[in-house]
Amino acid sequence: MSLILYDEKINSRLLVGSAQYPSPALLVESVKKSQTEIITVSLRRESSGSQSGQEFWHLINQLKIRVLPNTAGCFTVKEAVTTAHMAREIFNTNWIKLEVIGEEDTLQPNVFALVEAAKILTEDGFKVFPYTTDDLIVANKLLEVGCEVLMPWAAPIGSGRGLNNPYGLQTMRSHFPHVPLIVDAGIGVPSHATQVMELGFDAVLINSAIAGAGQPEAMAEAFSLAIQAGRLAYKSIPIEARDMATPSTPIMGKAFL
Amino acid sequence: MKVIVIGAGVMGLTLATELDNRGVLVEIYERGCSVGDKACSWLAGGMLAPWCERENAPLAVQQYGKKSYQWWRNYLQKEGDLYANGTLVIAQSRDRQELLRFSRRTENFEWLDGEALRDLEPDLADRFSRSLYFADEGHLNPRTSLQFLVERLQKKGVAIHFNSMVDPKSFSQDIVVDCRGIKSKEDWNGIRGVRGEMLIIKTEEVTFQRPIRLLHPRFPLYLVPRKEGQFMVGATMIESEKRHSVTVRSMLELLGSAYAIHPAFAEAEIVETGCDVRPAFPDNLPRIKQEKNIWSINGLYRHGFLLAPIMAEKAANAILDQNYKLEQLYEYSCK
Repeated sequence: MSLILYDEKINSRLLVGSAQYPSPALLVESVKKSQTEIITVSLRRESSGSQSGQEFWHLINQLKIRVLPNTAGCFTVKEAVTTAHMAREIFNTNWIKLEVIGEEDTLQPNVFALVEAAKILTEDGFKVFPYTTDDLIVANKLLEVGCEVLMPWAAPIGSGRGLNNPYGLQTMRSHFPHVPLIVDAGIGVPSHATQVMELGFDAVLINSAIAGAGQPEAMAEAFSLAIQAGRLAYKSIPIEARDMATPSTPIMGKAFL
Repeated sequence: MKVIVIGAGVMGLTLATELDNRGVLVEIYERGCSVGDKACSWLAGGMLAPWCERENAPLAVQQYGKKSYQWWRNYLQKEGDLYANGTLVIAQSRDRQELLRFSRRTENFEWLDGEALRDLEPDLADRFSRSLYFADEGHLNPRTSLQFLVERLQKKGVAIHFNSMVDPKSFSQDIVVDCRGIKSKEDWNGIRGVRGEMLIIKTEEVTFQRPIRLLHPRFPLYLVPRKEGQFMVGATMIESEKRHSVTVRSMLELLGSAYAIHPAFAEAEIVETGCDVRPAFPDNLPRIKQEKNIWSINGLYRHGFLLAPIMAEKAANAILDQNYKLEQLYEYSCK
């Protein structure tokens, strides 16, 4: 079964961010290798206004995949809402990845402002993808104001630390079995992404781990494979861990020598 | 044979120098009223850092950058503002992973401990410990270097027409080389502008002998020492072609990082702020092309001083010798 995000059918469970690549050519190559169908684009970081990054937007549009603009770098509700409106104009989409950052060092989301901004934007017709923590109460509030997708972190943005709190993520999965959950931020290597997918998450968003790799295009492919592996493993119902060994061949019937 | 060079930025001037050396009659047209008036190379850092740039540039930049560095040394070593003092790469201790990452992607450096760092740059002592030292790199002052090339050309009888906005197509009798950078965007496929912002600050309290690169996951920065206590602080890289003044965000990031390098920069004067747009192709590597009598060189991106001499050499060879096999930098990096 493929992933449904706001009534749109998506075939790839890897979302890719467009920042920090050594060159636009490598960005394009990596996106192709990743087989992603959704690319996030940050308005504040990549340009300094709505009309200015036109060449870059043109390049992104040429990829012919869905654009998920994001409000990266916004610290207040107002900033995030303004950026979302700018993004809607430029990319002609009502999808918005909503980030409201609360603190410079950890780039942790300000969840209070996040809920407020999500409410304003959904009322305005946006399809909001909120970048949040694994806090269940915040998640509930986001759903209440109209979000149909949640994007919890695995670890702080760009930290590459992997799953800081696997228990928290697992609880989130169990608590919201029918809400699309996409892990956003903190993934460092493909095995982290596999782990996330094995927990039953619907998709993973990767930026720094691909863009910052020595060979971004090869790493993009590695992530694509890792996410497919994790998804397949989740659906195959893995075995439970045990304390003791269990022989994989039956002892009965073995020739005694 | 006469060659018309349009644009007196670093590309136009290095090309004119190469052509003139080969005995070609050269004439330069420049829309600005004086050297650097409208050239983005006027705002450059002037780092001749082929190895450091390898951090996120293809191998071609390192290989050709080494040759360009030699070119500048030949011209400027004796009387110019060129220094062969290397580059220091530092990071705050909480960003030490960035140093490791940088070291994995580059070569031709040595690791320094706190003591070795003190010997090189006493003002960094006790503030930073482990650092990377690229001893074979250098830096120049872009402004005096451009002026040097202009004066040298003028002395040799090359006419440089300032305040002269000309159309490359208007010279049907001569060979024309278009070195106008982002201004000739319409004549190229895929060229884009990348906005860069820089500052010049001044203080007598800090002295550095060489460019300092501060690694930071979000705001990497370099500080290039200039004469009379001045430092060039740069530079942002924004996917935008707008030329408005430096934004508050960029200024905060640049100055915040400078302050992190040394708190005495808090008392420095801000002498100048600047912003311009670098021409770049999607792979960030420059190109040379020819259409009838018009040659064009473009897309030097953030590597104007690092790549212009080698591009000039290649272009001069190609213009003068029909049998010369022009190898583009992107071809080199595909190997």
